[in-house]
Amino acid sequence: MVSWAVLATLAALEALTDAPDSYVVKGARILVGTGEVIENGVLVVDDGLVVGVGQRLEVPEGAWVIDAAGKTVYPGFIDALGSLGLGAKPKEETKKEEAKEETIARGPEDRPGTHSFKAAADELTLSDDRVAKWRNAGFTSAVTVPDQGIFSGQAAFINLAGEREREMVVRTPVGLRVNLAPPGSGRSFPGSLMGVLAYVKQAFADAAHYRESWASYEAAPLGKPRPTYDRTLEPLSRAQSDGWPVLLPAHEAHEIERVLRLASELGVKPVLYGIHEGYAAAEALSAAKTPVLVSLKWPDRDKDADPDAEEPLRVLELRDRAPSTPGVLEKAGVRFGLYTDGVEKPEEAAANLRKAVAAGLSRERAVKALTLDAATIFGLEDRLGSLEPGKIANFFVASGDVFDEGTKIETVFVDGKKFEVRGGGE
Amino acid sequence: MNRAISILLFLAAAVAARAETVAIRGGTILTVTRGTIQNGENASVLIRDGKIVAVGTNVSIPADAKVIDASGQFVMPGIIDAHSHIAAESINEGSVSVSSMTGIEDVLDPTDIDIYRELAGGVTTSNVLHGSANPIGGKNAVIKHRYGKDAKGLLFEGALPGIKFAMGETPKRSRGSGPAARYPGTRMGVIDVIREAFTAARAYQKEWKEYEEAKRKGAKGLVAPRRDLELEPLVEILEGKRLVHAHCYRADEILQLLRVAEEMGFRIATLQHVLEGYKVAKEIREHGAGASTFSDWWAYKMEAYDAIPYNAALMVEKGVLVSLNSDSSEEARHLNQEAAKTMKWGGLTEDQALALITINPAKQLRIDDRVGSIEVGKDADIAIFDHHPLSVYAVAQKTLVDGEVYFDRARDLEQRASIETRRKALLEKQKGESR
Repeated sequence: MVSWAVLATLAALEALTDAPDSYVVKGARILVGTGEVIENGVLVVDDGLVVGVGQRLEVPEGAWVIDAAGKTVYPGFIDALGSLGLGAKPKEETKKEEAKEETIARGPEDRPGTHSFKAAADELTLSDDRVAKWRNAGFTSAVTVPDQGIFSGQAAFINLAGEREREMVVRTPVGLRVNLAPPGSGRSFPGSLMGVLAYVKQAFADAAHYRESWASYEAAPLGKPRPTYDRTLEPLSRAQSDGWPVLLPAHEAHEIERVLRLASELGVKPVLYGIHEGYAAAEALSAAKTPVLVSLKWPDRDKDADPDAEEPLRVLELRDRAPSTPGVLEKAGVRFGLYTDGVEKPEEAAANLRKAVAAGLSRERAVKALTLDAATIFGLEDRLGSLEPGKIANFFVASGDVFDEGTKIETVFVDGKKFEVRGGGE
Repeated sequence: MNRAISILLFLAAAVAARAETVAIRGGTILTVTRGTIQNGENASVLIRDGKIVAVGTNVSIPADAKVIDASGQFVMPGIIDAHSHIAAESINEGSVSVSSMTGIEDVLDPTDIDIYRELAGGVTTSNVLHGSANPIGGKNAVIKHRYGKDAKGLLFEGALPGIKFAMGETPKRSRGSGPAARYPGTRMGVIDVIREAFTAARAYQKEWKEYEEAKRKGAKGLVAPRRDLELEPLVEILEGKRLVHAHCYRADEILQLLRVAEEMGFRIATLQHVLEGYKVAKEIREHGAGASTFSDWWAYKMEAYDAIPYNAALMVEKGVLVSLNSDSSEEARHLNQEAAKTMKWGGLTEDQALALITINPAKQLRIDDRVGSIEVGKDADIAIFDHHPLSVYAVAQKTLVDGEVYFDRARDLEQRASIETRRKALLEKQKGESR
């Protein structure tokens, strides 16, 4: 058994050694990603970009021709939220660090759990072997962001390949992540959900005040005291004034409604993540025209739960109906992306996606959620998410329909660079 | 234009959906404020669009009215619980001694089964309070038990907002230990925290007034003061726009609290628990505070020892506006029996006893123009019991909020089997799926 790390290294070596700039993928069924499907098509890639897609195209001289007859080509999938590329830390270690780090905050002015200045783009590492694992499963991009604290950091949109960390970045920042669970013990502010909500409101109120104070000072500094620089408020202020997506968690229907109200109070552009009970909140989301990211880690009974414990109907219903959420959102016209949410094995994520399809999500929309819709939510639909000419050449070749069990992902392209999947990923 | 039309259509639809006439016919009507209409087949309460439009024995019932037969039963105003902690996903923000920036409205959970269970005890309105961990706690939410609606749909629209204060052992003891320990650690410290907070609130109020004044005079280039979500509710208290509900037990701390409030220029709306209120009832009345107490629950900690079951009745006699509350999702389900105890302990009349859980808490929460009695013009929040609600045998049969039946005992019993079948089926299905 060869480890993932070795495979990743081999793949990287291959990309390094004999990588031509131009490829032609011929004879495949090509899902352009705009809804258009080209049978027996040709996809031409040059210098990292799609230069042509169609049925009859000139094959450029010197291009590496890949015969993909009988195969299917998909735009690369986007894992719409997570921490890919930031290095996987074992959970125990994270907990220890948290315990060590806990300082007692006495109020909002201590800026508890506020790492809004931390940019994921600056924290990337090539040593995160999850990158190759998910790339082999057809994921060519991801939205990545630190996840500790209340304001955990600025998200980066990255491609899942690069010889250096900085080459992975497609755009930074593409959002500001917010968590609503109290960050520490109840002794430190905020120690409760309502404390966190109050803090988030105060922090954004402070950010607005900070922006106004600086604007006033910059306009006429003479005779005025200088406002104090605050690295935690700068990004919050930018999120308000520049419309960065603010990523807010909500699973249950009443949480979705709560967070929608919160976002409108804060004056920010929300993107909600989690959404397992979205099947009961589709109308509210549709009315608010708010996009969401649906976690592909469907709720399951806690492995350590007392086997004799009676579970209430509500819990059982949520578990039963969560996979129907994407299909319900599709019918309600809500734009959504999908994220793997810490699911360890790509096969498990694929199986969970098939559950959503079985529960009513169309295959077309499933692909769109994993490609163009995710790109659109983060404002990058003009450069990736589909295989239109000029866009970034992120795609993969599969042995058939990705929603059929047994389909193998054979070749993955990221920024026009080819990665063979040894043994084929599902 | 389009928008205006769609709003009109929406309103029309909303009115159409609620344009319903309901008649409760037969039985004994305990109006609480207008006496009792004795058992008779003509005794009726007529409800239109969620409001009571007629009460009496001479009410003509329209042919299209939905009739609820209450023959042999007892019809009373929906019970109001002046101290509750249901339907909220967090109760205490105990890390700070002033947590007025937090609010129950932010964390309402409309799916909490306690909302329904309390309907089964005839409760239709609850004052959901922050806990007692801090001298100045978080903001409250007054809710109607509209189980099935979303969080916004639970809110008692138009109710004056409130806030929780707490005296004595809980705020002292919630301080923790070691370097993380929080101020205050004594009763005098609790008073100090309140005094300091309102001194800061006064300064904050002044800062904003000066800013608004300068803006009115046309000053240019002004930056508004920083909003302080901790002080904003305290300014509202000073301006009479927010009610203070203060947890307290002992006579000395009650007086301390009333005095510090008067010193800082505000009033306490209700004293909660107030087990030694009987000792200082005159001072409570003079301050204008209401008292919301337990019937006979005490001795669970030192400061709750010097209590007597005559507390509610004695305070009533001294002219204090008194209510009985639950502070518990279990006790809330038999507040009618708690009220009955004041007839045994203290000799209150039936109407006085019922007032403790209906019109009096409504007055304390300043919602008595809407609820608390069966009167024309009020919301049709009504509980129907099979026996007199002050009897130990009384079991709620139907509970209405805004004229809509939210609890029906017969329907509940009927549904239990199908809920269990559905639950079993899901369990079986999920057993098959789990790895």
